[in-house]
Amino acid sequence: MSKLFERMQKKQLTRKQKSKIEVAFIYLIIAVMFIIIFYPLFWAFAISMNTSSNLYTASLSPENWSLDNYRWLFTNPRSDYLLWYRNTLFVSTVVTVVTTLLVTFTAYAFSRYRFKGRTYGLYAFLLLQMFPVLMAMVALYILLNTIGLLDNLWGLILIYIGGNIPMNAFLVKGYLDTLPKSLDESAKMDGAGHFRIFFQILLPLAKPILSVVALFNFMAPFMDFILPRIVLRSPENFTLALGLYNFVNAQFSNNFSRFAAGAVLIAIPIATVYLVLQKYLISGLASGATKG
Amino acid sequence: MPTNENEKKFQHPVNANLDHSPKKAMLLSIIPGMGQIYNKRLFKGLILFVLFAAFTVMMFEFIAGGLQGLITLGVEPRVDDSRVFLIEGILALIFTTFYGIFYYFNIQDAKVEARRIRDGWRPGTVMENFRNAWDRSFPYVLIGPGFMLLIFVVILPILFMAFLAFTNYNLYNAPPRNILQWVGFDNFIRLVTIAEWRTTFFSVLSWTLTWTFVATTLSIGLAMFLAILTNDKRLKGTRIIRTVLILPWAVPGFVTIIIFSALFNDNFGAINTDIILPLFGTTIPWMSNVMWSRIAIIMIQVWLGFPYVYALFSGVLKGISDDWYEAADMDGATKWQKFMNITFPHLMFATGPILLTQYTFNFNNFNIIYLFNEGGPAVRGQSAGGTDILISWVYNLTFTNSQYSMAAAISLILGLIVATFAFFQFRRSRSFKDEGNF
Repeated sequence: MSKLFERMQKKQLTRKQKSKIEVAFIYLIIAVMFIIIFYPLFWAFAISMNTSSNLYTASLSPENWSLDNYRWLFTNPRSDYLLWYRNTLFVSTVVTVVTTLLVTFTAYAFSRYRFKGRTYGLYAFLLLQMFPVLMAMVALYILLNTIGLLDNLWGLILIYIGGNIPMNAFLVKGYLDTLPKSLDESAKMDGAGHFRIFFQILLPLAKPILSVVALFNFMAPFMDFILPRIVLRSPENFTLALGLYNFVNAQFSNNFSRFAAGAVLIAIPIATVYLVLQKYLISGLASGATKG
Repeated sequence: MPTNENEKKFQHPVNANLDHSPKKAMLLSIIPGMGQIYNKRLFKGLILFVLFAAFTVMMFEFIAGGLQGLITLGVEPRVDDSRVFLIEGILALIFTTFYGIFYYFNIQDAKVEARRIRDGWRPGTVMENFRNAWDRSFPYVLIGPGFMLLIFVVILPILFMAFLAFTNYNLYNAPPRNILQWVGFDNFIRLVTIAEWRTTFFSVLSWTLTWTFVATTLSIGLAMFLAILTNDKRLKGTRIIRTVLILPWAVPGFVTIIIFSALFNDNFGAINTDIILPLFGTTIPWMSNVMWSRIAIIMIQVWLGFPYVYALFSGVLKGISDDWYEAADMDGATKWQKFMNITFPHLMFATGPILLTQYTFNFNNFNIIYLFNEGGPAVRGQSAGGTDILISWVYNLTFTNSQYSMAAAISLILGLIVATFAFFQFRRSRSFKDEGNF
């Protein structure tokens, strides 16, 4: 009897040990991932704190770190950095507000109304979201040139909004489909109008997915450099991505620490927005995914 | 109108009007609004008539001119700009399509309403009709603004691109100096018959497909592996772990790509000087050798691409009920069996369509190719670099070589590949099947 008990205990112990080893392995893998993720980010940060703007002589040790590069960005008269930041924030804000509104309207119609041409509309959206706006780059360039919106932030904003609609509309529609229809039907019984049902019942429920859409649209102009490159010409109209790209494009190794400083300052607001909305983001993403 | 008399004569008990002819209503509708007036919807008919008349008068000249310009593409060099002619022609086509659709609806509406009147329906007061119309057109009001924007910002450029592919627009034949000509399928034929174009096209195409498949699948695999690891209940601090693992997505992609491109630099990059050189005593030509460039780009894309999928997977995993695993444990299932039969199907079922968009995204992932080393290194005997994918090749053809028509032709092929692939996949996926019997 006692022998059996001993053996059971032994088995239990080994199982416990096995579990411990497993967990240790998981932590090890996560640690490796942490290094891989942080290494380039830390490296860029260290470069941005270097006094020498040359990559050959830059060092990673924090002994002689300084904020020279950051100061240069903000105070040097040759630096357009603040202007670029303002341009990008402007584009991002307008794009986010307008896209979220338009997309919500569109998704609401597709999700809750049955009307002629609805299926065709859905197919069209599905197809259009596959075509990156970039594919028609010459066309966009010539079109904006013709209507005088080349080298103009509004031209860029228009392209962003138009290009964002199909995909985001699908995301929101998928989410709205999961909300019970009985909600708005009973409201309709009570005599609520179209707009009232929309604003008072569906909109509050759709908040998670809307914040995801808003976040996507807000981040896009910060991350995109190619459309601004096609649309914008003069440095005072540049967005951050384009401006910084031109930093390193001109003389790669000599301007790199200034680029790094500017890049660190972009990553901060985006990461902040991201972390604040993280909870919404993951749940919104998952629910959007369950119904494309 | 004679109908008044007839109506009285054949008044049916259930007030049906057997003499009210849908056919007549349709014929009358050839002049928009007349059919509606025949249906005794005087107000509606008048509005329709006025709208159609105004549109016809206003747009006729533009549409006729536009369509004509689309055929000739201009006559006098330096005066006529073929590009403007193309744009105006496409606008004319779009307006004509709209006109046709509305015209068709006008006839259909007259017919349907006439049929209902024949079967005994009576239109209500103007107010009631107005409310009905508002109810029925509400979804169109919602879609309208977004749809308009789509047409001008997305559809118009795509059409322009498509038309451009059938002209001879290049550096030596460029408006407004020259007039463009329609050349039919010449560009496509040249792409597969002229040796230099052909080798470049097929080598770029095969690398594009390889790149799409390998980079995306690796990202998804890594994401799945990490999501399952961090979903383990024995782990502590999962919140922080998750946040860090999603971090690469929160940092703007172009920033990280430029950072990586400095890290991978052949001469002064930290990966060579700090890792490879001390460990192996040699350096790797990340930028100047095609194979190493490709490996570097795939690695970077996995770094960039896994967090998004990881976030998706984590959300799904949280939602899988423990009952599944407990039942599997009862039956003595191994870890692998649990993964294959519970975790994997759940993940695929929930995220399938979004994973497909990851593939199409990488298929057109211009940023990483261009920012890493502008599609380089150069390859002898072809006009594209070793890591150029179709879209970055198109960019080079457009902005460096001014081969506009060729670029447009390749874009068109690119678009067709993406569209067919995605379309069939989406049709097969669950979300669209549900849509059918919703």
